[in-house]
Parts: sequence; structure tokens; C-alpha cells
Amino acid sequence: MTSLLVIIVLVLLAVALWQLTKIFDLTQVGSRVDDSQVATDKDNNIQGYLLFGFLAFIYIFTIYGLLKWGNLVLHTPASEHGGQVDHLMNITWILIFTVQVITQGLLHYFSFKYKGDQNKKALFFADSNKLEAIWSIIPSVVLACLILYGLYAWNNIMFVDKDEDVIEIEIYAQQFKWTARYAGADNVLGKANVRLIEGVNTLGVDMSDPYSQDDIVVSELHIPKGKKVHFKMRSQDVLHSAYFPHFRAQMNCVPGMVTEFAFTPTYTTSEYRELPYMVEKVAKINEIRSKKSTELVAKGQTALDPYTFDYLLLCNKICGASHYNMQMKVVVDTPEDYKKWLSEKTSLAQDIKAAAATPAAPEAAGAAGTSDSATVDTTAVKEAAKVAMK
Amino acid sequence: MSAVGHDHGHDQEHEHHHKETFITKYIFSIDHKMIAKQYLITGIIMGVIGITMSLLFRMQLAWPEESFKIFNVLLGDKFAPDGVMANDVYLALVTIHGTIMVFFVLTAGLSGTFSNLLIPLQIGARDMASGFMNMISYWLFFLSAVIMLSSLFVESGPASAGWTIYPPLSALPQAIPGSGAGMTLWLVSMAIFIASSLMGSLNYIVTVLNLRTKGMSMTRLPLTIWTFFVTAIIGVISFPVLLSAALLLIFDRSFGTSFFLSDIYIAGEVLHYQGGSPVLFEHLFWFLGHPEVYIVILPAMGIVSEVMATNSRKPIFGYRAMIMSVLAIAFLSTIVWGHHMFISGMNPFLGSVFTFTTLLIAIPSAVKAFNWITTLWKGNLQFNPAMLFSIGMVSTFITGGLTGIILGDSTLDINVHDTYFVIAHFHLVMGISALYGMFAGIYHWFPKMYGRMLNKNLGYIHFWVTAVCAYGVFFPMHFIGLAGLPRRYYTNTNFPLFDDLQNVNVLITTFALVGGAFQLVFLYNFFSSIFYGKKAEQNPWKSTTLEWTTPVEHIHGNWPGEIPEVHRWAYDYSNPNHDVDFVPQTVPMKEGEEVLHH
Repeated sequence: MTSLLVIIVLVLLAVALWQLTKIFDLTQVGSRVDDSQVATDKDNNIQGYLLFGFLAFIYIFTIYGLLKWGNLVLHTPASEHGGQVDHLMNITWILIFTVQVITQGLLHYFSFKYKGDQNKKALFFADSNKLEAIWSIIPSVVLACLILYGLYAWNNIMFVDKDEDVIEIEIYAQQFKWTARYAGADNVLGKANVRLIEGVNTLGVDMSDPYSQDDIVVSELHIPKGKKVHFKMRSQDVLHSAYFPHFRAQMNCVPGMVTEFAFTPTYTTSEYRELPYMVEKVAKINEIRSKKSTELVAKGQTALDPYTFDYLLLCNKICGASHYNMQMKVVVDTPEDYKKWLSEKTSLAQDIKAAAATPAAPEAAGAAGTSDSATVDTTAVKEAAKVAMK
Repeated sequence: MSAVGHDHGHDQEHEHHHKETFITKYIFSIDHKMIAKQYLITGIIMGVIGITMSLLFRMQLAWPEESFKIFNVLLGDKFAPDGVMANDVYLALVTIHGTIMVFFVLTAGLSGTFSNLLIPLQIGARDMASGFMNMISYWLFFLSAVIMLSSLFVESGPASAGWTIYPPLSALPQAIPGSGAGMTLWLVSMAIFIASSLMGSLNYIVTVLNLRTKGMSMTRLPLTIWTFFVTAIIGVISFPVLLSAALLLIFDRSFGTSFFLSDIYIAGEVLHYQGGSPVLFEHLFWFLGHPEVYIVILPAMGIVSEVMATNSRKPIFGYRAMIMSVLAIAFLSTIVWGHHMFISGMNPFLGSVFTFTTLLIAIPSAVKAFNWITTLWKGNLQFNPAMLFSIGMVSTFITGGLTGIILGDSTLDINVHDTYFVIAHFHLVMGISALYGMFAGIYHWFPKMYGRMLNKNLGYIHFWVTAVCAYGVFFPMHFIGLAGLPRRYYTNTNFPLFDDLQNVNVLITTFALVGGAFQLVFLYNFFSSIFYGKKAEQNPWKSTTLEWTTPVEHIHGNWPGEIPEVHRWAYDYSNPNHDVDFVPQTVPMKEGEEVLHH
């Protein structure tokens, strides 16, 4: 019924518009006003002023945006290379704002200044090699600087030295959860392939590889402050993207290959929570949440939990219906806490042994985390793995 | 020139070729002007569908998981039970919105309409080189549009893997329901679309090269023709690569090959695929995908150049520089695709190369922007609606283009890749800009297409509301992107971290709804003016180009008598040697008249 009403209203609006334009046209018949539908000087004047007004709109909207939404954007980077990224970003922003202000200014100001007038004639100004040279060379020079700085930073970030002292961690993606595998005492990840997935071994780690014996599989990522972490990414099904916004780090996870990204965390989780910008942000978010909670409670629903900041790993490549809910908590510990946390974890080899001892023991898979999407039919898995292994 | 020889044959044929039935005139027409109108109307219909979809998913983003009657009405009980949009349907809408807008509206709707309309008219030809192939091109496009729309009605839903259809998601129905029959239809539709596009492009290229009238040298062509010509070349180079990607994906999906798939464990079983790579697909896709954005924007640039010169009553500034920059953009467009793949897992060294080539594109783009601005300088600007949309296009092209410096820089791309920052960037620089170019073209050449004028006051309302709303939608989007909000999320309520972005989302959606609603003003103006608009004069905008020398009433063959000869370039506006402020290309040079441009 409402949709019918909406349609009727729309039709009536269209009719009204039609009648209005008709009346408008009719009123102009006698007054020998030009109805050629070509802009007249009066139109030129009005539109010229409007274009000037639009320039003001662009400037004011930009300033308004910076003031109102400027504090929403990611602030203080939590990784070593993040500082370099943000520095380059800030330089680029200065350039962008300068060019934007000047070009939009000229575009709209010229539109206003040279608005049409029947009595005037435009200047015939067809070309000037000097001007073309100016606006080819200046952008070239500026861009050359940006490119050089960008490439310098890119090479620093993307290439990990073979003999650098890093912690190896595998990030494993699947619809719609993340898992992490630590390399253990030998700091070498054992070989793995999805064809070896079986029971508790949900990542398909090759247990015949000696390097696999001390690997540890967990569902919450802990990394130590001040130590470079070398992530090796895998995916078991579709493309995912491991996105750590606060660390300025991102890399796609591609089935069939291993991708990598390395960074050094510079703030522990608790240190980052204390940053003034974060305190303010969290307070604001909690204000929004408590407001929403009162609404929810009034409707008889449960209230929202208050929010405390945690680093997150998000999926940032469309991966299926629940893509919007694929996340893992990331904790940056002090090196001591990190060591302690890791030492409390059991290795995958132990998990497999424990699972074998108690055939139907879902709690043994606890280390790998549980999720409704990840519960798989173990017998089917075993058969599939057998087929795959021939 | 060969064009002259062609004229004679065509003229004779023309004399006894007047019996046309309804079907040959309006449906299976081989007249380029009718085909242009067919493209335009089909493009507008697809545009309405594509934009409506975006409004639906914007509503979901602003008011997540709330129940809207309209969802239930438009999407049905299955896709929106109780009026709440399902999460995979959100992805389907995003996917089909992107596909429709990029390919069906801004490629076929824009190039198809204006290349068909203007190439023969502006170069002085009776019709396209092959009218029959032109007709087939339109009908294949129509067929592909029908197939694409029919995919909305299959049981498992339309393709939902994003318009970039990256496998394995697009290859495996187990991964998302839309990758079943919906994806098959998507691929079939695109394969037909590409065939249509190639036929059109080849026709445009051959026509421009061979059928120019006497005196119409390449350096006297209007910039519209130059951009359509170069666009067609880019299309011929890059579309076949997408076709190959689509075919290989069909093989993977239906015949068990492993071009793009390897080592996959899904829904509790290991699949047989081995040795393929999704990254290969990304390369093939973006080898078209990036030139595609230039296929979309170059015709808009040509239209804007033409409209701006006419309405400034001034020659376009730097005609040759404009041609050079179009050629430079076309060349560079084929070697920058990797900037979509900085973090795809390809070798970082490649990322360096692509950063370099990508940022180079800023140079010809800057040349174009400054040339447009200089064209306005000391002009006598006539603010017809087409002119406003042209100025608007330059404005959004600059605003959107500048953030490309961030996204094209691999280092900076790491953190903004696939966030709303990207959405803001490409919607402004190619979406809105190309749409403005299309609107400028429609307002400018409507009198040529339908012999009537569009109502200018409705045009002004249309422009101003659209201009404010376009910035209102995409400017705030930069901020939520810089806050790290990923694109293609059904809702961000699962991340308290993003709770403070919700107000911005509501604002964006409000602007989108208002802007979307005001497109109805345009639709009303367009369709009512076809029948009731004021009758147009032969040359309403006092333009110099050849299309305005043809009679207002369409005739097959364009000119009733001989095809006029061209004596000068297309931009003799306010030439100091003449009293009038425009000298049509057909006016011979006065004795001793000097050419005043390079």
C-alpha cells in the first residue's frame, strides 16, 4: 500500500513539474523573453555567481571536513616503517592541497570572471609552447621527487634481508577466520599444503617435516614490541587480504602461494591505548555506543559492550558473504610477556597427539580456535586428504 | 582522398534508398544516428538500474540491517526477507552496480552513443564504414545487457565476487552462491559485450581513418573525434585480453582446468586444482581493467574539450598538446595495470616499475587540466547546462585525480588499498567525471539527436543538485577510507573501532539519495523534450563543427547534397580576422588569411 502511495506521489510530482514548466513557458510567450533554451546573459550572470559560490562550497566543505572528520583518520603509526609511510603521505597531502586550492580556484574564478556578455568578444588565444612546457616540466620534477622517495621507502619496507634477525609467523586465511602459526624454537616454519589438512591439523602442516615439530598454532596473534616480525601469508580457499591498518601493513593471501610482509611493532597494545588521540577516540566511540545501548535496551534488546582498543587484523579482499566479519585480535606485548605467552602454548605436534589419544576431543582443537564456519566434517577431511595424497 | 571516391557511390545509392519500414528505421537500423540513440536509451536504462542499486546498498551502509519496505519490494522475499538486505545480496548489488556502471553505462552508453553520433557527422561521412556491423554491435550489446539483467533472477543470485571477479571466489559456487549460475551468465554477458565493443571500435577506427571529407586532415579533427579514435584503439588492444581471462575462467569453472586455481580446500574437501594462480587472472583482468578507466574517461574529455571551446567562444587551448596528451595517456594506460596489484603478492620490484609508470600519467593529465582552465581564461563563457557539466567535470577530475598520486604510489597504497579512499578516488576521477562528460554531451547534442532542445532551467537544477551531492557523497568518503574502513563490507557494526564513522556514512547516504532523486529531473527533461521540447535551430550553440551543417530533420546519409568540404580547423572561435565569433569549418579561408594556431 505504501509503495503504491509512493508511486502515486512520484507520478503526481512529475505531472506537477511538467505543468510548472509549461506554465513557465506560457508566461514567457507575451513578454518576448528568449525561450530558445540557449543561455542568455542573465543566465550567464546567475550561473557565473553560482560557480563562484561553488568554489566557496568546495573550500568550506574541505575545511569543515578536516575539522569535523580529521580526527577519524588513522593516527600515530604503530610500526617502524609506518612513520616513513605517514611522512611521505603528509608530503603528498601538502602537494595535493596546494594544487587543489590553486586549480579549483582558477577554474571557478575564471568561470565567474569571464561569464558571457553579448557585447564582448573572447580573446583568440590558441596555444603557447611556453605555457605547455611550464605545466609539463613542473609536475615532472615534483613527481620525480615523489617517485624517488616512494621507491626508496617501498624497497625498505618490502624487501627483508635474508640474514636479518626476524620472527617468522604464518598468517593463515580461510572463510571467514584467521589463524596464526608460530615457527617455534627453530624459527623455521614447517612445510604445509592444504592437501594435508586432517583433523586438528587444520592448516595442513606437513608433520613429516622436522621443522614442523615445534610449530604452534593459535587463534590470537601476539607479537613483541621492537622486534621485526616476518609474516608469511597463506590462504586455503579464496583471496583474502591481511590488513593491519594501525601498522600500515597489508598483503593479499593467495591460495597456492606464500606471500610475505614484515614490520616492527613500536607500541605495545597498552601503550597504544594510552596515546592521547586513542584515549579521545575510544571515549567518543563509547559515548556513541552507550547512546545506542540505551536505544537498544528501550527496545528490549541487549546493550552493547563498552569498547577498549585492540589492534586488529582485518580481511580486506572480498572473500564471501561474511567478509565483513573476518577479523583477528592482534596483541603487541613487551618481549618478556610475549615469551611467556608463547611458552604457555602447546605445539601442533602435541595437539595432534592429544587428539589421537581422545578421538572425539574437540577441546584439543582449542588452540586452533573454534568458529562455526570452521567446523568441518573430520571423516570427510581425512578421506579428502587421503585422495589428495594418493 | 578515399573519402571523395566513397561519396559518389553513396550519393547515387542515396537517391533510391528511401523506403524504410518501422523495423528497419527504429529497430534494426543501420543509420549511425539511430544506433547512437539506441545506445543512449539503453545506457540510460542501465544507468537507472545501476544507480538505484547503489542507493539500496548505501541505505544498508547508513542504517545497517534495518528493515526497509523498499528492499522487500525491489529485492523480494528471498533477497530481503522482512525488508532486511541479506549479506550476500549486498555483495551482489555492489558487483552488478560496478559492472553496469563501468561497462554498460560509461563504456557502451558513453562511447557507443557519442562515437556513433559524432564520428560520421563531425568528419563529414555519410555513415560508419560498416553500417551493418554497427547494427550488430548494438544488438550484441543489447543482448549482453539482457543476459546481465537476467542474471539477477537466477535462484542462486547474480555474480557477487565484486566487479573485478577475482577467482577463486568467482570460480567456486561453494565460496559464494553468486558464483554459480549468476557468474556463468556474467561471463557470457561480458564475452558478448566484448564482441560488441570490438565491432564498434574497429568501425570507429576505420571510419576515422578512411572516411574523412575533403580537407579534413587529422590535425583539423575536433578533439571529440581524436578521443573517440584513441579510445577505440585502446579498446581493441585491451578488451581481447579480458575476453581471454573470461574464457580461461569459464574453462576453470566448467571444464576443470587450473589456470587460476591451485591448492584449494573448501567446504571440507580438497579440490583437484593445481598449479594455477589467481595473480595471473589479476594481471589479465587489469590489463583491460586499467585501460578501461581511460576508455571511460577519454570520450568524456573529448566532449568536454569540444563543449568548453564552443561555450567559451574561444579555441581550445593547446590543440596539439591536447592530442599529444591523449596519445600519451593512451600509451601509458597500457603499462600501468600493476598499480592495482601492489599488494597482490607479485614481486615488489614490479611494484616499483608500476609506481614509476603510474605517476607519469599525472603529467599528461595535468597538461589537460591546465589547458582546460586556460581555455576559460578571457573567454566569453556561455553557461549552457552542457558547459556547467564540463566545468564540473574538470573540477571532479582534478579532485579525484590528485588522490591518484597517493594510490599510485606503492608505499602509500599499502594502507589505503581497498579502503573507501579508493572508492572516493575512482568515483570522482572516472565515475562522476565521465558521467558529467556524458551529461555534457547529452545536453549539447540533444538538438542534433532529436531536433529539439532540452529545457535549460531543468538542466541548471539538475547540474547544481548533482554537483553538490557528488561532492557530498565522495568527499567524506576519503576520511572513512583513511580511517582504515575496508570496502565491500556489508556493515561495519562488527568493528567497534569504526563506530565513530557511522554518522559520516549516514551523511553520505543522505547526499546519495538526494542526488539520485534529482536524476529524475534529468529523466523527465530528457523524455519529455524528445516529444515536447522546443524545436531546435540548425546550429543552436553557434558551433564550428560539421555536424551543425546537417539539416535538423535526420536523413539517411546526413547531408542532402554533396558532403561539405573543410577549409579550417574546428576551433575558429573569436578569430580576429572575422567579425562573427565563430567560423564554421566549411568557410573557405579569406584571401591572405593567416592560420593563427599551430
